[in-house]
Amino acid sequence: MTTATGDELVVLQDVRFGYDPHHVLLSNIHFRVRRGQVVAIMGGSGSGKTTLLRLICGQHAPISGSVRVMGKDLGSLTHAEKYAFRRRLGMLFQFGALFTDSTVFENVAFPLREHTQLPESIIRDLVLLKLNAVGLRGAAHLYPAELSGGMARRVALARAVALDPELILYDEPFAGLDPISLGIIGQLIRRLNDALGAGSVLVTHDVSESLDIVDYVYFVSEGGIVAEGTPDEIRAATHPFVDQFVHARPDGPVPFHYAAEPLAQALLGGTP
Amino acid sequence: MSRKTIDLWVGIFAVLGIAAIFFLSLRVSTVQTSSGAPYTVYTWFDNIGGLKVRAPVKSSGVVVGRVAGIRLDTQKYRAEVTLAIDPAYPFPRDTVAAILTSGLLGEQYVGLNPGGEDDMLASGDTITMTQSAVVLENLISQFLYNSAANGSGDKSSSQP
Amino acid sequence: MMDWVTEPLRHIGARIINAIWRLGFILRFFAALLLASGQSFTRLHLTLREIWFTGVLSLSIIMVSGMFIGMVLGLQGYEILQRFGSGDALGIMVALSLARELGPVVAGLLFASRAGSAVTAEIGLMKATEQLQAMDMMAVNPLARVAAPRFWGGVISMPLLAAIFSTMGVFGGWLIGVVVIGVDHGSFWSQMQASVDFRIDIVNGFIKSVVFALAVSLIAVFEGYDCHPTAEGVSRAITRTVVQSALTILALDFILTSFMFRGLS
Repeated sequence: MTTATGDELVVLQDVRFGYDPHHVLLSNIHFRVRRGQVVAIMGGSGSGKTTLLRLICGQHAPISGSVRVMGKDLGSLTHAEKYAFRRRLGMLFQFGALFTDSTVFENVAFPLREHTQLPESIIRDLVLLKLNAVGLRGAAHLYPAELSGGMARRVALARAVALDPELILYDEPFAGLDPISLGIIGQLIRRLNDALGAGSVLVTHDVSESLDIVDYVYFVSEGGIVAEGTPDEIRAATHPFVDQFVHARPDGPVPFHYAAEPLAQALLGGTP
Repeated sequence: MSRKTIDLWVGIFAVLGIAAIFFLSLRVSTVQTSSGAPYTVYTWFDNIGGLKVRAPVKSSGVVVGRVAGIRLDTQKYRAEVTLAIDPAYPFPRDTVAAILTSGLLGEQYVGLNPGGEDDMLASGDTITMTQSAVVLENLISQFLYNSAANGSGDKSSSQP
Repeated sequence: MMDWVTEPLRHIGARIINAIWRLGFILRFFAALLLASGQSFTRLHLTLREIWFTGVLSLSIIMVSGMFIGMVLGLQGYEILQRFGSGDALGIMVALSLARELGPVVAGLLFASRAGSAVTAEIGLMKATEQLQAMDMMAVNPLARVAAPRFWGGVISMPLLAAIFSTMGVFGGWLIGVVVIGVDHGSFWSQMQASVDFRIDIVNGFIKSVVFALAVSLIAVFEGYDCHPTAEGVSRAITRTVVQSALTILALDFILTSFMFRGLS
């Protein structure tokens, strides 16, 4: 990990989080994203990686520790400041969260119409440029219901970058996609990040796809960061959890069986 | 649905709704077309029978106002009835107010019978000559006991 | 020991506390909604779209129902009034029942099931598919962008619908009374005009419809906003909207009627 410089977009320092102080979900979190980086947060389902993402975008506040994003301490923001902060942020939701009652064009135009006073002709050009970047300029007139899952994800991506954000967050961008769409989305994440000179954080459990495109990986398990490193370091890691995760072994630190009494006892003992 | 079509339909809808409101106000009901704020006149009755607030005030069968208030004066133990009368209809000072019933069992109203004086009633004035409501039970008992129906000289008491 | 006594009592108590808590919650939501309403009027097309959605799309059902209610009033009213030899008063009966009660109440019930449920479904689905959350993340307040225009659209549409309903009802009564049964055309209208008071009957009926509009729109928007973000949660919220709106309309109608028409002859 490099030392602190001016272009750090996200800095989490010794963060503890829980919905109430007695039930801590995440603790001892140190996390950094620099400008130009694509960083992945990996971990099993329910390990707290989405919670970590919500800390970064300010939806949750930590119990202790500091969360600094784009130079702002998220703990001290008022409602108006939080909204001003979110305008510099792009977010892609798990299933796209496109507005089903408007066309693809209107979906991408939405942030522009809400936050800028641009004339209609410029909005039109900007939207078509964004759609062109994700390869869906021809689908501008379609409704989200008429798109495939991968196309909808691409439209949502175009919408997330409509205001040229400095930081883009992705919540499970690969979930439920076929291999072709998966590859396209992965390449788009990398390309858009480099084109915008922004930083990206993606929460995922899709190991092979993400290791190809990211610069740095954090592994979250059991309420803490258990491993971190560049993709090459991760592939070579010896940590038992990372090893199980990266190589998709059915049993390991994450057991195959849900906690239960031994099978023989259950079969012979009679009591369920 | 384009924005223009929506605007058009909402316009049609608004026109229909406002037309319906106008229809209800002008064709179904009567908006009181009074020529200004009504003037208030007080009257005193021994018995108002079943008179209610907002009952009509009529003269020669024409509605000229409404009963604005009814209360019992605990000094004289008589009912004070406030009448709100349309300023288009001035009445002389010696007008007689009576509580009458439309039909045998219909609603009760205040009837005004104008006198001949030149001075007109102004707002806040009192009509002194009144005729109370006919109470059917009294009438029947009078008839049964064949008591003398000799109006005891009290002008404002009920007459047979 | 005494569990069979205390248990149901505890259950009832918990339900009452929950109902009061929910009432407080809905009022807080109402306050937040009013604070976020500025956009509904500065960006009028958002509200116009909702008037189209709740008002224009409900027009046909309101007009047809109003017509039928008026026709039934014509038939029943004439049959009853005829016994007292006052068939001429049919106009009064039709107009008074519509303007005072049936117009606002039946239009309100139809509005709740046609438009209120649709609003709840729309907002509920937006919540279930994370659209509201996405909006919030794009620094757009979903209360101002989604909830408030739907609320105001409903508040504006519903009184107009009630007036249209009453008008269609009067026409329905006229059709049966005058055209079919043969009540005199002149006395139908003149008796109606003489006995229906603009301030007491029409204005109070209109006030009723505005109050119902506020209640139904608030319930519809709130239930959608508050629903569990799953398919089952949305369908439950729709049911709650229709049931609660109907109960609220009938209860409010009783309260308003007892204030408005008490002490009148």
